[in-house]
Amino acid sequence: MTAVPDQPPPLRRDRAGAIAGGVCSALGRRLGVDPVVFRVAFVAGSAAGGVGVLIYLLAWAAIPAEGERRWSPPRVPGSRESWQVASGIGLLVLAVLLLFREWDLWIGDALVWPVVLASAGGALIWRQSAATPAPPAARDARGPRSGGTALGRGALGVALVVCAGVVFLYLNDALRPARDVLLAVVALVVVLTLILAPLWLRLARGLAEERGERIRSQERAELAAHLHDSVLQTLALMQRRADDPKVVAGLARRQERELRAWLNGRPAAAGQGGTFAAALQSAAAEVEEAHHVEIDVVAVGDCSLDQDAEAVLGAAREALVNAAKFAGEHPVSVYAEAGAERIEVFVRDRGPGFDPGAVPGDRRGLRESVHGRMRRHGGEAVVHTGDGEGTEVELTLERRP
Amino acid sequence: MTPSVVIVDDHHLFRAGVRAELDGLVDVLGDAAGVEEAVLAIVELEPDVVLLDVQMPGGGGAQVIRDVVRSRPGQRFLALSVSDAAEDVIAIIRAGARGYVTKTISGPELADAVRRVAGGDAVFSPQLAGFVLDAFAASGQAPPAHVDAELDQLTAREREVLRHIARGYMYKEIAARLQISARTVEAHVSAVLRKLQLSSRHELSRWAVERRLVD
Repeated sequence: MTAVPDQPPPLRRDRAGAIAGGVCSALGRRLGVDPVVFRVAFVAGSAAGGVGVLIYLLAWAAIPAEGERRWSPPRVPGSRESWQVASGIGLLVLAVLLLFREWDLWIGDALVWPVVLASAGGALIWRQSAATPAPPAARDARGPRSGGTALGRGALGVALVVCAGVVFLYLNDALRPARDVLLAVVALVVVLTLILAPLWLRLARGLAEERGERIRSQERAELAAHLHDSVLQTLALMQRRADDPKVVAGLARRQERELRAWLNGRPAAAGQGGTFAAALQSAAAEVEEAHHVEIDVVAVGDCSLDQDAEAVLGAAREALVNAAKFAGEHPVSVYAEAGAERIEVFVRDRGPGFDPGAVPGDRRGLRESVHGRMRRHGGEAVVHTGDGEGTEVELTLERRP
Repeated sequence: MTPSVVIVDDHHLFRAGVRAELDGLVDVLGDAAGVEEAVLAIVELEPDVVLLDVQMPGGGGAQVIRDVVRSRPGQRFLALSVSDAAEDVIAIIRAGARGYVTKTISGPELADAVRRVAGGDAVFSPQLAGFVLDAFAASGQAPPAHVDAELDQLTAREREVLRHIARGYMYKEIAARLQISARTVEAHVSAVLRKLQLSSRHELSRWAVERRLVD
């Protein structure tokens, strides 16, 4: 341990504990007294003829600062801290000015106050425009707020300068002739507003309506184009193939699917990297088209299309093809429940059903593509069937964590 | 006893088609093409079941239900729509319909659905069952604490029945598979319907609000 505990800390202005310049807190720390004592003393001194202010300024210049400025770059000052500093400086300047006024070192109220205000505002504006713009990255890091603060500071500067001008004019009695003119201008503005406001409102509303109408007609054109490309084409095709009910039904189903996808804002075909439910839907659509059988898909939940899901999907597609072959006129029902822990798919047809034992061994479809695939991925395929009661293939896969 | 129906759909061709398909299976009292016309016709004709289109100008099927129940609180509605969007289906059920079937349903199946609704049962299409399972999924958002928790959960049995409906099974087949009576299956479905209409689960409210049919 190298520090001597008894030795008082060096006299340094402590930015962290400062209210204005940190002089009082520095003295307090050095002498081991509450800085409030010095603050009260300085305030009293300032009130009594301004000596306190002078001493404070001298001390501020003399005592070196310690530590990093709390509000200096690279850290962006919180607006609260910087406003405290600004108001502190402002009050100090005010105190000095009052002191000079008391001592009659004074040119005159009419000049000094406007000049003070103008220089404060001018300083703010100059600071604003002189500051080099921060690089975009730094600006982003500062967040959106700093832009607003800068703008506010600039606006305040402008307001101060304008205020200075008005005060100067007022104190020099230059506003009296202007007042009459101003009154006339105000009256004119009010009258014009009353006359023109309804007109302007109508104009604005008309513009908004026109814009809405334009958007609507654009939408209508888009809709018409879509319907023409899809529905009308299909209807024409169906008229030409009216003698073949299977083809017509298939065309109608395909069009229905496309239109639904479009209405729901889904892309017509699920591309790669889609989800399990979307992939199952499009697999069902393909089988439906190829075999001219209606397939109703109900999917609950969803999951990403990883290896396990791909396996279930492949098995489900094979089961669908089988079901489509034997379903006859009845629709095939697909129900899928997909989640993080398990995937279940039920493929059900209302065909004649079959005897699983009677399926010849060389028929690889069910054995390899369904059972084998599920088994390889740790899943299971169960076939419920019997003569005359349809067939249901149940695919279950518990997912490995 | 053949139930009587009124068909409400703004699509003339479709009304005529349904009329033709249901001819002889149920007693079609009349039809209507719009919300106001429908309300007048239903109040006057007093059918057992109203076959109701979901999307119509002037507030859709939900508006018809709201207007009719004021004078006929016991009126039963079966929604019949081309839409398979969850928000349409859930919204009309929550408005008070006792079932939902899609327009591709065959004539005899539709007649059967009408009979069941007339008898006070609920009719779920596989798609609707899927939506309900989705909405009541265990992983779903926790329901607000102040509501009746029982309304926000499906029992294991109800879930199993719904899964069978979604798989395309008829009530009779479900009863045989689960070794319960057909009446019990119907009771489960009715219980689910009640939960569907009364639950304040986030998903259900959201779907309904998305169609601005329920506020």
